[in-house]
Amino acid sequence: MKIIKDAMAGTLESSDVLVKVSPSDGPLEVVVKSEVERQFGEQIRRVVADTLARLTINEGVVIVEDKGALDCTIRARLQAAVLRGGAVEGLDWSILQ
Amino acid sequence: MTIQLASGLSALTELKGREIFNGFAAKSPHLASPTAKLDRKLVDTIEEAVRRSGLKNGMTISFHHHFREGDKTINMVVDVLARMGFKDLTLASSSLQSSNSVLIEHIKSGVIRRIFSSGMRGKLAEAISNGLMKEPINIHSHGGRVALIQSGEIAIDVAFLGVSACDAFGNANGVSGRSHCGSLGYAMVDAQYARNVVLLTEEIVPFPNGPASIRQDQVDWIVKVDEVGDPSKISVGAARATTNPRELLIARLSADVMEHSGYFNDGFSMQTGTGGSSTATARFLETRMRAKGITAAWALGGQTGGMVDLHNKGLIGTLLDTQSFDSVAAESLRTSPRHFEISTQVYASPTSKACSIDRLDMVILSALEIDLDFNVNVLTGSDGVMRGASGGHSDTAAGANLSIVVAPLIRSRIPTVVKHCTTVVTPGETVGVLVTDQGIAVNPKRPEVAERLKQAGLPVCPIEELYARAVAQTGEPKPIEFLDRVVALVRYRDGSVIDVVRQVKP
Amino acid sequence: MTSTKLRRSMLFLPGSNPAMLSTAFVYRPDSIMFDLEDAVSLREKDTARLLVFHALQLPVYRDIETVVRINPLSTSFGPLDLEAAVRGGADVIRLPKTDTAEDVEQLEAAVVRIEQQCGREVGSTKLMAAIESASGVVNAVAIAQASKRLIGIALAGFDYVIDMQTSRGDGTELFYARCAVLHAARVAKIDAFDVVFSDLNDEEGFLKEVELIRRLGFNGKSLINPRQIELLHNAYAPTQKEVDYARRVVAAATKAEEDGLGVVSLNGKMVDAPVVAHAQRVLRIAAASGVRK
Repeated sequence: MKIIKDAMAGTLESSDVLVKVSPSDGPLEVVVKSEVERQFGEQIRRVVADTLARLTINEGVVIVEDKGALDCTIRARLQAAVLRGGAVEGLDWSILQ
Repeated sequence: MTIQLASGLSALTELKGREIFNGFAAKSPHLASPTAKLDRKLVDTIEEAVRRSGLKNGMTISFHHHFREGDKTINMVVDVLARMGFKDLTLASSSLQSSNSVLIEHIKSGVIRRIFSSGMRGKLAEAISNGLMKEPINIHSHGGRVALIQSGEIAIDVAFLGVSACDAFGNANGVSGRSHCGSLGYAMVDAQYARNVVLLTEEIVPFPNGPASIRQDQVDWIVKVDEVGDPSKISVGAARATTNPRELLIARLSADVMEHSGYFNDGFSMQTGTGGSSTATARFLETRMRAKGITAAWALGGQTGGMVDLHNKGLIGTLLDTQSFDSVAAESLRTSPRHFEISTQVYASPTSKACSIDRLDMVILSALEIDLDFNVNVLTGSDGVMRGASGGHSDTAAGANLSIVVAPLIRSRIPTVVKHCTTVVTPGETVGVLVTDQGIAVNPKRPEVAERLKQAGLPVCPIEELYARAVAQTGEPKPIEFLDRVVALVRYRDGSVIDVVRQVKP
Repeated sequence: MTSTKLRRSMLFLPGSNPAMLSTAFVYRPDSIMFDLEDAVSLREKDTARLLVFHALQLPVYRDIETVVRINPLSTSFGPLDLEAAVRGGADVIRLPKTDTAEDVEQLEAAVVRIEQQCGREVGSTKLMAAIESASGVVNAVAIAQASKRLIGIALAGFDYVIDMQTSRGDGTELFYARCAVLHAARVAKIDAFDVVFSDLNDEEGFLKEVELIRRLGFNGKSLINPRQIELLHNAYAPTQKEVDYARRVVAAATKAEEDGLGVVSLNGKMVDAPVVAHAQRVLRIAAASGVRK
């Protein structure tokens, strides 16, 4: 899947996360900022990378601003932002699991 | 012709050099002046009061925090002291709030060199956690502060105490005048022990003002100021009343724990601390007390509208009030004959000749973290930065027959139950029960309590299981990294050091 | 066959609120309903759908019945909502604005297709229908019997009173609809759920309404705030006297069975089978939330 336009999903409320995606020609660039960076920074980056890999996002800019969201919320917000900003033809639900 | 009194006494050897009478006003010159006689304590400005108090560089100044986030006195006085050029002062406020962030500048410029406080929040706490001060601050409990004062470690040179009203002699309380903070329980200690007491008052009322929480024989100087504090901000932050369903769920569970703990008997005593769930527990007690046909003899500590409601309904006989958390409590202190104001010395000092917590049955307390040994952190957040206060936590946990800690199991992604507390404020040996929204754990030291709660059908499980449940939802948190440098000493209520806070890694 | 699952409280959660989606299980309602319809604004339909899809798969919801209210299948959102709900593992799909039995049949056909595609056991997704219009009320009996997957039908008051050209008041305006929906459910031997009570601060009014629908015979009620759960469960809890009597009835029935007798008798009087069934139900509720306080 490819990001073709700017899009975002989520909020900056507690337990939520705001994800912004934009197209770019270079390799995939992911920026993660988190309120719980000290305790969960690594885990959040793993979840973000895994979710994007399943969506086969290899280029573009993805900015994740986390307010203490659980992994399931991070996945949902990332997917929503990518689906909003991506070129999607018929949704394959299995890559969202 | 008047006869010179005592004129022939000077030759007598029996006087052994004692001074000879020289007129009624010789040592009390104000008595010779009809105006000075009445208003000699009144000064026009804080500067003038400071000059007369004899404050010098390196001395200790103190404040109370009854107005909590609405306090105007601390920032105002320290500003004046900075302008007057004071340096190296020790600030001994009963506590500090988010609203005290302006102190950062005064610490940087050297006006304040040491701090004693029950806790701190906001930008000030963040700056100190990041190494703002050369000398570590001291965090004490409410009772522990009195112990440090009695031991001489906190030797207050000048106490600056904001009150809503006093008379021209200094009889003051928090229930007359305009800005009622209610109880002056923290300030009463400063008034008793400070070398010099300056009252900042919004209003000077006719003598005699009563009841005199702070008495005329304790007060040196009185300055009238526009505003000492905004009482509407007392119940902001830690002391707020909640409508959050999760906090209410925990409050209901904690009322269930109280009911079935074995201590819910006619004439029992209790305390609810700050924090949404803790404060809200009061409103779930009424039906349980009525159903069992019992009343509480007394309730202790910080008082709230919820406790006053039970008191007014005859379900709590007496309120012992060290701090009024809302306007309802302040008004009740003014009007109810069985709502008593008590100092923190009477409340919780381990070196007091008697403190009330020793007679307490049950106390409900909050927690930022609680570890598998039931040690509690109420001071540092999970990021290692200070954001809370010791308060009466370790005092009441030590004194009460059963201490009940209430907290959500998870706050956003942060588990409350942890392997090891970031900072220990209250030792686990004094903690009885943990109540969370996902289950209840009882300290293995209290098998009889665990048994009673299980019998009542409450969801009791080992604390290890709560931990497992939490990390299953959040993932395992990585331990916080600190630098070696110590930024705060955590003093147990008896003055000993129970833990330290280190500078957070940038 | 009437279900033995208790469904007194069905807690509504806006599907767009991640904090609530991940913590609501702590309130222990009988069922939790993730809403993708009215509680979610048009611009967040897609994000809420994904939040709910992931929340459904959380281990904390394994031992609590999950319901997803989808948008009507006639909208562009409805079919996608259904995909997310069935694939996410929802126990029950709640169909809004059900006017006819065909609405339910159409839903069932779509569910079967998704179950087959995603490898979920066909038939494992249960359904419930919300009735929100005059035609829905009039067709209630047919709707309630439209699918074996239906576990219940619910009355939704907000749209219904508009359709009836009236407004919410003391309950008079819902009198016929409540009776009609309840009878339809009983004919089909499925559960019946009452409307939400929206004034959170009116505890007295809430309890009055709960008492009314409990006496009418509703299984339970949709709730919009967790604070209402305990009040509702307590109102539905049997009294100690009822529990004591139910215990004696069940004991007598057990003994009769052991003795191989076809007839149950208590204190010399014959006890009918429905009385035994009712007693068992009383004990189930008491086991779930104690006796009434």
